[in-house]
Amino acid sequence: MPTQKIAGSRIWHRRTTAKQFAVWLGWLTGIAIFVYCWRLISEKTIWFFVTDAPKQAVDMAERMVPPKWSYMEVLWAPIWDTINIATLGTMIAIVIAVPVAFCAARNTTPSVHFVRPAALFIIVSSRSINSLIWALMLVTLIGPGILAGVIAIGLRSIGFCAKLLYEAIEEIDHSQVEAVIATGATRSQQLSFGIVPQIMPAFAGISVFRWDINIRESTVLGLVGAGGIGLQLDSSISTLAWTQVSLILLVILATVIVSEWVSAKIRHAII
Amino acid sequence: MNQTASTRIWKRPPFIKSPILRWGLWFGVAIYLALAFGTMEIDWARAAEGVTRGKRFIMAFFPPDFSSRWDSIQDGILESMWMTITSTVIGIMLSVPVGLGAARNLSYRPVYLFCRGILAVSRTFPEIILAIFFVKLFGFGPFAGFLALSVGTIGFYGKLLAEDIEDMDPVQAEAIKSVGAGWLQWLNYAVQPQVMPRMIGLGIYRLDINFRESAVVGIVGGGGIGATLLTSFDRYEFDSAAAILMVIIGIVMVMEYSSGYIRRWVQ
Repeated sequence: MPTQKIAGSRIWHRRTTAKQFAVWLGWLTGIAIFVYCWRLISEKTIWFFVTDAPKQAVDMAERMVPPKWSYMEVLWAPIWDTINIATLGTMIAIVIAVPVAFCAARNTTPSVHFVRPAALFIIVSSRSINSLIWALMLVTLIGPGILAGVIAIGLRSIGFCAKLLYEAIEEIDHSQVEAVIATGATRSQQLSFGIVPQIMPAFAGISVFRWDINIRESTVLGLVGAGGIGLQLDSSISTLAWTQVSLILLVILATVIVSEWVSAKIRHAII
Repeated sequence: MNQTASTRIWKRPPFIKSPILRWGLWFGVAIYLALAFGTMEIDWARAAEGVTRGKRFIMAFFPPDFSSRWDSIQDGILESMWMTITSTVIGIMLSVPVGLGAARNLSYRPVYLFCRGILAVSRTFPEIILAIFFVKLFGFGPFAGFLALSVGTIGFYGKLLAEDIEDMDPVQAEAIKSVGAGWLQWLNYAVQPQVMPRMIGLGIYRLDINFRESAVVGIVGGGGIGATLLTSFDRYEFDSAAAILMVIIGIVMVMEYSSGYIRRWVQ
């Protein structure tokens, strides 16, 4: 325990002197990096606009109330589209993620040296690109519309679902699989009777969890033209129809809250 | 289980026990799919065109064109990184008081509700929607993106911090209190050492997320690499776009591996 003798009495310290010094040095480096980055950002900022912002915010808020409730009639179809994008995208992702996860899990992969790295690569590259960038790419390739959104959400979610699923597969109780093997089961029977029942709750939980995230993400895909309520948001903002914008924000808020509630209920029922 | 005259045949127990719920679920899914596909408007002719464009796009990866737009790529990436670092630092700094207030075992009821409210609001909207509004208010450039990412960080980090404090071991906290520590001393010696390892890990994880998000806030004018990417897609300069994507994927991969490494080292 690091202590120090001052005037005959021992005083307790949390760290030794060297350690304390290292901690301070770490802080110093961190702050230096932060100040450097901050200066660079500050150079690119027009500070007049920033100081003016509170006035602008009040002005904008005034223009946003009251929400234009009659616009709701136009919004039902985009809301339905948004939910479809999230749901169908999640379904596509699950269908692809299951085989990928079985290939990536150490205990079920056909080959540790060839198939597993390939599966891990699919997982990482799907996860590292944001769904909005996937959508941007797909809109250029297959044109604007719901299809681009569905595929973008699907591609983005493969990595997420497969990663959580393969971790669940690696954590299963092996003795149950052994029991199934002992009855003379073939490899595919081991999979369907020994492993699948064990990961079923995790699988359902992951799907619902990702669906919830996807609802959130699909509300903005319209900004790049991939369908859903984001399209209306984009056009309302660019035509400065602020009363419509506030209604859309409320609708997004409500959709997110409802989807979160649904997913919490379902996950609660499963686990 | 099924009893017949001669043999008993075992059937696997279904995942959902109640048959009504099970079949109802399948039925619901079928109806939903029919409705969804019935109402979706898909321009298949346009989608088919995507095959040739897709080929061009994939060909652009071999080799990607780093050189002709290198200046703007470099600018965008650096800007993204500054935004990532500053927004993570500021976001975490702001989220600490909010997180402390939102921990049930630490604060009074009204403070708790107020802080939980802040966290809920800042978590609801995706960073990109926040960025749209900050761009409107503060003008184009990295400052708007920085603010959007900071707000996102507060929601994420504050919530996890509050949950972690609620889960801490009360015995240690009581021990520090019993030697007569003041509130700040109590925080510093009882609470902080317990939550610190996990919080460092989460901070690095958030840094990771903020970089990914900083790549998209540029699409709505919030600074960073997103603007460069959007422009190159709009101009059909697929080889530059491929280069940008590869740079992003590369950085994300490096960050993910190093953050995993650091998190293991901290815990």
